[in-house]
Amino acid sequence: MATIQVFDPALCCSSGVCGVDVDQALVTFASDVDWLKQNGGQIDRFNLAQQPLAFAENAAVKAFLERSGQEGLPLILVDGELVLAGRYPRRAELARWAGISQLAVETKPASSCCSGSGCC
Amino acid sequence: MLFLDHLPPFLFFTGKGGVGKTSLACATAIRLADQGKRVLLVSTDPASNVGQVFGVTIGNVVTPIDTVPGLNALEIDPQAAAQAYRDRIVDPVRGVLPETVVKGIEEQLSGACTTEIAAFDEFTALLTDTALQAGYDHIVFDTAPTGHTIRLLQLPGAWSGFLEEGKGDASCLGPLAGLEKQRSQYQGAVEALSDPRRTRLILVARAQRSTLREVARTHEELAAIGLTQHYLVVNGILPQSETSGDALAAAVWQREQVALAELPPVLRDLPTDHVSLMPFNLVGLPALRRMLSSPEDCAGDVIEAIVLPDAPDLATLVDGLAGDGHGLIMLMGKGGVGKTTLAAAVAVELARRGYPVHLTTSDPAAHLAETLEGSLANLSVSRIDPHTETERYRQQVLATKGKGLDEQGRAMLEEDLRSPCTEEIAVFQAFSRVIREAGRKFVVMDTAPTGHTLLLLDATGAYHREVARQMGASGIHFTTPMMQLQDPAQTKVLIVTLAETTPVLEAANLQSDLRRAGIEPWAWIINNSLALANPTSPLLRRRAANELAQIDAVATRHAQRWAVVPLQAEEPVGVERLQGLTRH
Repeated sequence: MATIQVFDPALCCSSGVCGVDVDQALVTFASDVDWLKQNGGQIDRFNLAQQPLAFAENAAVKAFLERSGQEGLPLILVDGELVLAGRYPRRAELARWAGISQLAVETKPASSCCSGSGCC
Repeated sequence: MLFLDHLPPFLFFTGKGGVGKTSLACATAIRLADQGKRVLLVSTDPASNVGQVFGVTIGNVVTPIDTVPGLNALEIDPQAAAQAYRDRIVDPVRGVLPETVVKGIEEQLSGACTTEIAAFDEFTALLTDTALQAGYDHIVFDTAPTGHTIRLLQLPGAWSGFLEEGKGDASCLGPLAGLEKQRSQYQGAVEALSDPRRTRLILVARAQRSTLREVARTHEELAAIGLTQHYLVVNGILPQSETSGDALAAAVWQREQVALAELPPVLRDLPTDHVSLMPFNLVGLPALRRMLSSPEDCAGDVIEAIVLPDAPDLATLVDGLAGDGHGLIMLMGKGGVGKTTLAAAVAVELARRGYPVHLTTSDPAAHLAETLEGSLANLSVSRIDPHTETERYRQQVLATKGKGLDEQGRAMLEEDLRSPCTEEIAVFQAFSRVIREAGRKFVVMDTAPTGHTLLLLDATGAYHREVARQMGASGIHFTTPMMQLQDPAQTKVLIVTLAETTPVLEAANLQSDLRRAGIEPWAWIINNSLALANPTSPLLRRRAANELAQIDAVATRHAQRWAVVPLQAEEPVGVERLQGLTRH
């Protein structure tokens, strides 16, 4: 099974409800991650404010940060390979990467994503 | 003293800054050591004078106090602990990740939550290290973790089940993430805290309605998470013997007696002790030994004449505020220093001078503001009720952002909306709506008294950068709440404090945090000053004399503008008495 790694910008909560305004993309994505795990997917999230070492120790992520800065986050790797940057993936994308049947997948409207704002 | 009976090994004194927690903790530790007990005294007071009290340098190592056999002391600096915590997370990536990224991480870890958790982290070991505990009969803390901290600590335990069952990502652990490795230790510490055979929590208050109300809230919050065995100490009560021939002392005595008689119901059944105001400074061994003995033993110090400082008054500050004809005026400071009263006084005076004014308060006891509604033609009053705002915010988030979520996703979102930050966010959103009016009229507000306010300002900072990033290229003119707060032409922040050591220190910390967010406080107001009220009662004169050093510190070190408001014989409620505060 493929392992998905999500490198989040500096966030307090992975659902983002602590920001000045709730970021819909974060709320949706938190629930999609939850869904993927329920269906046996392998996904890990790393928060820049809390696990910066995970960013520094991964050459691809580190190089990305040097080039694009934290404004370029989130960054998504599948089995160590960069697959997406600058927005969170949709549920269908997660399912495809993880090799999970898409029957259970309802498609979600794409929301423009911005880096998470704020912290509690 | 009831709180000294049948003592368990751990004692925690809790209460807001300036009520005398450290003095009581010192006095208790000395008393126990004098009885032959082996005692460790732990101070996290940022104004820690424990070393000064015993005449030794203590610091972050257990230090024997030679003058009191059996007593050891340890000082924990919460700010230093937070810095150490930040370094632990950030140092490994310093020079590895880009500097702007590292700066961003540091900012995220500079909030009040981090400081609180880091301080608790420091004394977790003391609660769980059995080898260390074997060396002491009692460990006395001059502080206690807040309900918020304990709830955060309980979360990993509660949510590890969540994770094992694969229900979801433990999401709102915030500042705890970097401390995860010692999760079992936190659980042990929380267990020790909630075990009445091991821990006694002593709530410390003054005989003031607002502090007693705050203590009642603390009691309820801690009781809700299983810490129920509390004792109450009302410290610094003015004895009736002081009231003869001093109208102010008589008024203070009367007010304190009313506050004690109208004790919040949840506090009435607690074992309660009263400690009188001492006729001497609580510095040095003899003074602290006398604190918990009977008052008859106490001979007062002789007080020399008090030289009244040449202090500017509130009316002069209002002159400076009125000049612009409109703008946002925010009164900031810890709970109980009188922000709401002073906000009302400033609003009434500006309205009396003919300016349109909107006074808005989040004080749960808004009777003061309510009495003003309709009293002056161009004064409007509104109230932001934190509970209502939080519920509205919660419902709004669930209805909009939670709409498309499945059952699991919705359950998780609801969990996050129960986090303590939600209330602060909700209140701040309500404030953001009001402050837009400040371009046309005066908006005067008291802010939510918690340390979280600063984090909210941080959040506005992030919002600001986000808006700037999105709109930067387009050249469109925009203003965020943060830009409004940072602009001295639009916003004036008044820091309110009392002329006492800890409150002044807390206010100075607030100021430096504001400065970190690019906000320069416009002025300081020292409220309820006894020195300016010039009492004749020897006890009040002692306290008045003690104020002078603090007033001087504000005037010369902290404030670019300042004013002193004397303690009032009658509580300043209603237009008449509020105007009394702003008369030259």
